Amino acid sequence: MTPSNSQLATIKTVLFALCLIPAFLLWRSFEMDSLGANPIEAITRNTGEWTLRFLLITLCVTPLRKYSGWHWVVRLRRMLGLFAFAYGAAHLSTYLWLDQFFDWQAIAKDILKRPFITVGFAALVLMTPLALTSSNFAIRKLGGRRWQSLHRAIYPIAMLGCIHFWWLVKKDVTEPLIYSVILAVLLGLRAWWRELERRKQLAGSYLQQPRFEGKVIKIFAK
Amino acid sequence: QSLGPLIKSPLSIGESQTPYKAVTTYNNFYELGTDKEDPAQNTHRLKPAPWTLRIEGLVNKPQTIGIEQLLKLVPLEERIYRMRCVEGWSMVIPWVGIPLASLLKLADPQGSAKYVEFISHYDKATMTRGVLDWPYNEGLRLDEARNPLTILAVGLYGEVLPVQNGAPVRLVVPWKYGFKGAKSLVAIRLLEKQPSTAWMKAGPSEYGFYANVNPEVDHPRWSQATERRIGEFTKRKTLMFNGYADQVASMYSGMDLRRYF
Repeated sequence: MTPSNSQLATIKTVLFALCLIPAFLLWRSFEMDSLGANPIEAITRNTGEWTLRFLLITLCVTPLRKYSGWHWVVRLRRMLGLFAFAYGAAHLSTYLWLDQFFDWQAIAKDILKRPFITVGFAALVLMTPLALTSSNFAIRKLGGRRWQSLHRAIYPIAMLGCIHFWWLVKKDVTEPLIYSVILAVLLGLRAWWRELERRKQLAGSYLQQPRFEGKVIKIFAK
Repeated sequence: QSLGPLIKSPLSIGESQTPYKAVTTYNNFYELGTDKEDPAQNTHRLKPAPWTLRIEGLVNKPQTIGIEQLLKLVPLEERIYRMRCVEGWSMVIPWVGIPLASLLKLADPQGSAKYVEFISHYDKATMTRGVLDWPYNEGLRLDEARNPLTILAVGLYGEVLPVQNGAPVRLVVPWKYGFKGAKSLVAIRLLEKQPSTAWMKAGPSEYGFYANVNPEVDHPRWSQATERRIGEFTKRKTLMFNGYADQVASMYSGMDLRRYF
């Protein structure tokens, strides 16, 4: 099934509204004063978890396309990735503003001295160029190949996100473990596809295809 | 359930008290769950009555006392104390309790006793498994245990201690980080050697035996220079020994507090 352009526009609109639900629920809890005794901590935690969830959802797009054959889902990926960035930006702003109140000295010390903040901050810094190049213009400007290798940074970003969560919990690592296992599966799938592709190349199946003129195209690490 | 008339203590502070709701819904009590809201939701997992507390180890009069007895041992006092969590938040809580020193006196510690270990209740059938090395335990040096500020709390806000706050009896040591205040105590043991504690076993580089509130000694994951008083928007500066330096600093004179963190 491939939706028409107008159907896809509808799907995008619905998805956009769905992606806003966590923000809406958080805002409503804040208005109703039901965020518990430490609302700032609750907001920080909530926006952080949604950042990680959106990163994982974004990473689900390619496997979904591959296994369902719905090639059009890839056209939803940009929005999902940008929502990951938006929740991440909200997470960082909560920390900078509500938690630290722009005490830059304390913030700099935190980033340098607390490993969990170092990796979380690094993840957000790495997300920024990805968000900035999420436009057709940027893809044209960079060229598809360069754009793609830049956007593969989502793999280390998601790993840093999981490490950030893992290192911040005091003792009970159940939740970060769940996110890490999902990420491991999503990244493991990609590694497996590469392995299949490598075997296919080694088996020479491409050689029979004249348009490659007998050359093997390397697609793994340079 | 009211605990009746209470003696006001000169050791209480005058700062505004954290609302009852926050004190009883924002708790670290891992036996009842690891999220702050969990303990208040899982109170059915711990039955605070009937309850007995053993005093054992290097004492001349080892004994087991019931909670009713404990409530009548000495007149109950209200102690309004700051409570500073190692995670960087704080509260002001009107505890009801008795000085730990009066209970220790009853058991008559032997001359060789140098440390006091506190052991919490743990029921593996109903409580969280596998987070810490259960049962939860904590420890103090004997002089710290005898300090007038150290109490066994049996209530807060004039009422019987809620389960999520460590019913029916818990330790409160206001100049130390909150995790030192072992909850739902079943035994107090006098020892010659310093005991290891639940958090020391879980993270020896992060949690020390002393755990005195100290804005100059950072936790590896949190700066301890400031804290958020629950209910306040901006952070406040953390005070040395949580503001109790006058009463406790002398116990640590000559000690390197970075080393003995």
